[in-house]
Amino acid sequence: MLEYKKDGWKAALCLAPSLLLMCVFTFWPIINSFIMSFLNNYHFALNREDVYNTFMGVEKSYTYIMGGRFTGIGIQNFITLFRDKDFLMALKNTAFIVFISVPATVIIALLIAVGLNSIKAFRGFFQTIFFLPYVTNTIALGLVFNSLFHVDYGLVNKLFNLVGTSWINSGATWGRAMFVLFIYSIWDGLAFKIIVFLSGLQNIDKQYYQAAQIDATPRWRVFTRITVPLLSPMILYITITSFMGAFKVYSSVIGIFGTGRYGPVGNEKLLITIVGYVYEQFGVQGMPFGVGSAGSTVLFLIILLITLVQMQVSKKWVHY
Amino acid sequence: MEKEKEEVFETPSEGSKTEHQSVDVRLENLTKEFTDKTGKVTVAVNDFNVTIPAGKLIGLLGPSGCGKSTTLYLIAGLLKPTSGRIYFGDEDVTDIPPEKRGIGLVFQNYALYPHMTVKQNILFPLENMKMPKDEALALAQEMAELVHIGDLMERKPNQLSGGQQQRVAIARALVKKPRVLLLDEPLSNLDARLRLQTREEIRRIQRETGITTIFVTHDQEEAMSISDEIVVMNQGLKQQMDRPQAVYEEPVNMFVAKFLGNPPINIFEANLVKGRLVLKDGEVIADGFDQPDQEVFVGLRPEYLRVSRNGKFTATIDLVEHIGRDTMILCEIKGYDHLIRAIVPNDTEYEVGQTIKLDCSKLFVFNAETGERYK
Repeated sequence: MLEYKKDGWKAALCLAPSLLLMCVFTFWPIINSFIMSFLNNYHFALNREDVYNTFMGVEKSYTYIMGGRFTGIGIQNFITLFRDKDFLMALKNTAFIVFISVPATVIIALLIAVGLNSIKAFRGFFQTIFFLPYVTNTIALGLVFNSLFHVDYGLVNKLFNLVGTSWINSGATWGRAMFVLFIYSIWDGLAFKIIVFLSGLQNIDKQYYQAAQIDATPRWRVFTRITVPLLSPMILYITITSFMGAFKVYSSVIGIFGTGRYGPVGNEKLLITIVGYVYEQFGVQGMPFGVGSAGSTVLFLIILLITLVQMQVSKKWVHY
Repeated sequence: MEKEKEEVFETPSEGSKTEHQSVDVRLENLTKEFTDKTGKVTVAVNDFNVTIPAGKLIGLLGPSGCGKSTTLYLIAGLLKPTSGRIYFGDEDVTDIPPEKRGIGLVFQNYALYPHMTVKQNILFPLENMKMPKDEALALAQEMAELVHIGDLMERKPNQLSGGQQQRVAIARALVKKPRVLLLDEPLSNLDARLRLQTREEIRRIQRETGITTIFVTHDQEEAMSISDEIVVMNQGLKQQMDRPQAVYEEPVNMFVAKFLGNPPINIFEANLVKGRLVLKDGEVIADGFDQPDQEVFVGLRPEYLRVSRNGKFTATIDLVEHIGRDTMILCEIKGYDHLIRAIVPNDTEYEVGQTIKLDCSKLFVFNAETGERYK
């Protein structure tokens, strides 16, 4: 028992540095932003007006907390948030990316993995090709897409002879820009999913397929009735993590459109996302973090809800 | 399709729906070679000729790596033979894919789909055949009743014991009324008690359905106990095919003699001198051989030995084991340094160190090099 206790202390000591760092940079900020989102008119740091009011003896109408001041506790931030058309746009954009590109990516990755698994020649070659996006920087990939879809010298317009069709340059419509983002996020997301699915497929006992063959099972039925159910734990894992990832989409939008923009020149918030919106709040005069925090809280709640729904649904469909 | 089935229908008995059309299975010069990455060729099945009679239960028996499973997979069509033909009845099925051969295969680990219930597993082959739902359900239930799992239909495979899973696998293999049922090591995943029970089950199911059944095993007891005939294989070659007792009593070579029998057969060297079989101590134990003088191996099953006052073997007892009904003595024969086993009745007490005389009712003589049997 004494031994165990001593070991416990040793363990705690070894864990302390990382625990401390996580508390400072992960746990506290989470709690902090949650609190902030419920503080009305929260302003970080004092400003000149504040000093002036104190000097002139004007009665304080606010309370100090966490290095800033606020006027009360309530849901004012959330009201502001949902009245901001930028945020509503961000919600819409994020929802589109999550609910269209993620299922599409998962399905395409699954089909490619099954295809790859059934070929022998060049398997390693194709695996490498599909895995390349995973080891490539998001911004770099975005730049590639930026040039691919460029209105004047982009390969896509040249290839399909679409002269002057603007995808991501000024004059681009929401639909076209979103299309590019879809293609981008599907392609970017394939790599990791294919690798996970392939390893899952290789763990499925070959005898199930032999048994299916002897029973004259059509290919499509083998896929839907045997492969997919046996792979369902992997599919669930991939779907949940991809949903979480897609809700946090940000850098790919920046990558496609260029620094500080979420859309083409002239319509710079066309494809703004929730994380993009939250980040934008830092640029607002006087650092009113309240609305940004409220945005984060909303995002957190959405992800939590979707994940809970997925877990619930999976109980029926996933076979371990 | 239906018509074809009618034509090959041979089983005389009538009435039962579980009745299967049975055909004989003929393997002609069947050879399967595997080439590994380095180009090395392994002959798994070597010029295999055998006719498996319709409606019989046949055991393919041999040590691991002898090619028996390969033979089964060749019959199933999951492997393509390097050369040779396979016939079901008069039909050459060599180039027919497995799903069109009309076979049912029970895998060693059963390969039940883990995410489907027992019912769904049994229905699966029928759904592929696009059989109407209620007809399929009735057939599945009938098969389940046949293998005595009718009350487990809603369970998942992981909620079943090994023996029950085995039955589900058999039901799934039988439900589409195959012409031939193939079982790969059907009992190897079961514990000793279940094994005994299941092998009787397999025998019963085979009798009731009358389907030509081929099963693979490395366990001689398993093969001998339920097979109508056994085929003994070694290193890809057929050694012998006959009724189990006949193979046991009259092995064609030393391999078969050694492979069958528990406790194993006693093998020792002796010499053929002018047509007489002479032990190392000079004792003549048999004569009438027309082979030239040479060293040979003598095979003696433990139960062929008996204690007799004027026996030709002089033996010193090394160990006495009481094995219930009988007594097994391990003894050293004069002139030899290895031990032989003899099973003798329980009526006499034997002591370690005691010298006895043994006589034998029957013996096998094998060529020392080829293992071919002389007598």
